Amino acid sequence: MKFIVAIIRENQLDQVRVALIDAGVSRITVGNVSGHGRQTASEEIYRGQVVVPNLTANIRLEIAVNDDFVDKACNAIINATKANEDGLVGSGKIFILPLEEVIRLRTGERGSSAI
Amino acid sequence: MNYEPRKTITKSKFYSVFNRHESIFYPYSINFYTFYIALAFYPVNFALQLNYQTTRMKISLRCTLLLCALTLLPASSVLASDAPVLDTGATAWMLTSTAFVLLMVPGLAMFYGGLVRSKNVLGTMMHSFSAMGVMTVLWVVCGYSMAFGPNVLGGWFGWSSDYFMLSGIDETIMAGGIPEYIFSMFQAKFAIITPALIAGAFAERVSFKGYCFFIALWGMLIYNPLCHWVWASDGFLFNLGARGAIDFAGGTVVHISAGVSGLVAALFLGGRKGHTHLQMRPNNLVMTLTGAGLLWVGWFGFNAGSSLSSGLSSAQALTVTQIAAAAGAMAWVIIEGIHRGKATALGFASGILAGLVAITPAAGVVKPGGALILGALATVICYLAIVMKNKLGYDDTLDAFGIHGIGGIVGAIFLVFFIRDSWMTEAATLAGGSWTVWQQLGVQATAVLIAVGYAALGTWIILFVLNKFIKIRSTDEAEMRGLDNHYHGERGYGMINPH
Repeated sequence: MKFIVAIIRENQLDQVRVALIDAGVSRITVGNVSGHGRQTASEEIYRGQVVVPNLTANIRLEIAVNDDFVDKACNAIINATKANEDGLVGSGKIFILPLEEVIRLRTGERGSSAI
Repeated sequence: MNYEPRKTITKSKFYSVFNRHESIFYPYSINFYTFYIALAFYPVNFALQLNYQTTRMKISLRCTLLLCALTLLPASSVLASDAPVLDTGATAWMLTSTAFVLLMVPGLAMFYGGLVRSKNVLGTMMHSFSAMGVMTVLWVVCGYSMAFGPNVLGGWFGWSSDYFMLSGIDETIMAGGIPEYIFSMFQAKFAIITPALIAGAFAERVSFKGYCFFIALWGMLIYNPLCHWVWASDGFLFNLGARGAIDFAGGTVVHISAGVSGLVAALFLGGRKGHTHLQMRPNNLVMTLTGAGLLWVGWFGFNAGSSLSSGLSSAQALTVTQIAAAAGAMAWVIIEGIHRGKATALGFASGILAGLVAITPAAGVVKPGGALILGALATVICYLAIVMKNKLGYDDTLDAFGIHGIGGIVGAIFLVFFIRDSWMTEAATLAGGSWTVWQQLGVQATAVLIAVGYAALGTWIILFVLNKFIKIRSTDEAEMRGLDNHYHGERGYGMINPH
């Protein structure tokens, strides 16, 4: 079992979600986060003052998967975020972590069947 | 209903200055545009009104009499001035109403802003706000003149050089005792809110520049002529039938024209990316409800101010406005409760709007009982229209057509069954004997058909031509990123995340 954490652009959530569902991954947690990677954020303007935010808003996806779904999920995210703006810095990252245990609260089930 | 005497007197004074058949700005030979429109509808007109000729004669006779009265009466007075006296009561209420109607525009911005996705909240609110800028400037330069000047181009719209930059009305007091500045500004607010309503139909996918040029052209070519036809004393719909087509505060001019144009624009631009298979939920219904509340309050200025006086007719309009809004809201909650099992807040707000839209044309002529029925009926039909929309799958994003177009048509048509007796009696007298509900229904249907046809065709032409020069629809990139960031360089809800 792996735990996939993906940081993506805000505007690509819809297409990533569609791609993941197509790949058979529908159990997902999504959060609004702010962060700083390698990209320079698109500038914002307030009363004529140009502001380049040093923390930009992104979306964080958290997906717990069984081993045979790791590649499928990652490929789905990679392909979906390539769909536009390829070449621009700041498309995001995927982190894959080992996952020790999963417990389904309702039944107390453990392990890969609880995912 | 005080429209008539006021305009008769005020506008009549221009006839002595300008020959109404002689355009100062355009050669006489291009009068055929409106001639054709008039010609096309003449058979309908003729069939409906047996007393047409008599009516027109009576109206012009009344004009003459009032004009005589206006010129003769002051001659005998000590002041020896022919200007009407300022009525401070009416002026005070009209100042208040004018401010109220403006309040509806930020109200609409909040209403629409709350309904879109969070990446488009500022862009959507800016549609309403930019209308306040664009339409006000245009109104001062040419809008007021086009809407309320004497007929030019065979009555397509009006024009008076006196109204250019509002220069000729600096000290004018109108027949109702209110300064003409107030009338002009009051009407300007209607010209602002109408294009702002259209924005709901194509929300979340329009470029800012394209939108601004669209509303500028739409205001000049669609709104001003319609406003002229329905509300100017020499407009052809104002003089249709015994007492004119009934449009007290803008059912045809504002709501039907905005709704239909919105539908045409939504179809022209196509749906949002991912429409129907992606969920697109409102970002902030709290703001939407606040906006709906502001709209309800502002509507008292919209309707009760349209009496252009402070008296019985404003009280009548205010009362039915309150009643229809409440009836509409309750009807929506009940219908949705039966259909979906929940009483939604957005449903309540939608019902308020449906009721208010329906009572807008009718506020001057119906009584409270009629207002209850009109409000509820409008809600029933609007609800069905939106269910239909979802089945048909076109993307009228915030239901500009479903609420304003349909609600406006319901109000303008069904009001005939609830007209107060005194109005019908007077209409019968003017028509020279009898005037039936069915004859008035014919007049109303004619006015609605003309408004629908003109708005639909005109909007399509404007969009088609403008789209050759400016891409009205936003780029895919802008739509994905959101209008806020792409066109305005800002975030609506920046403070929600750490930054």
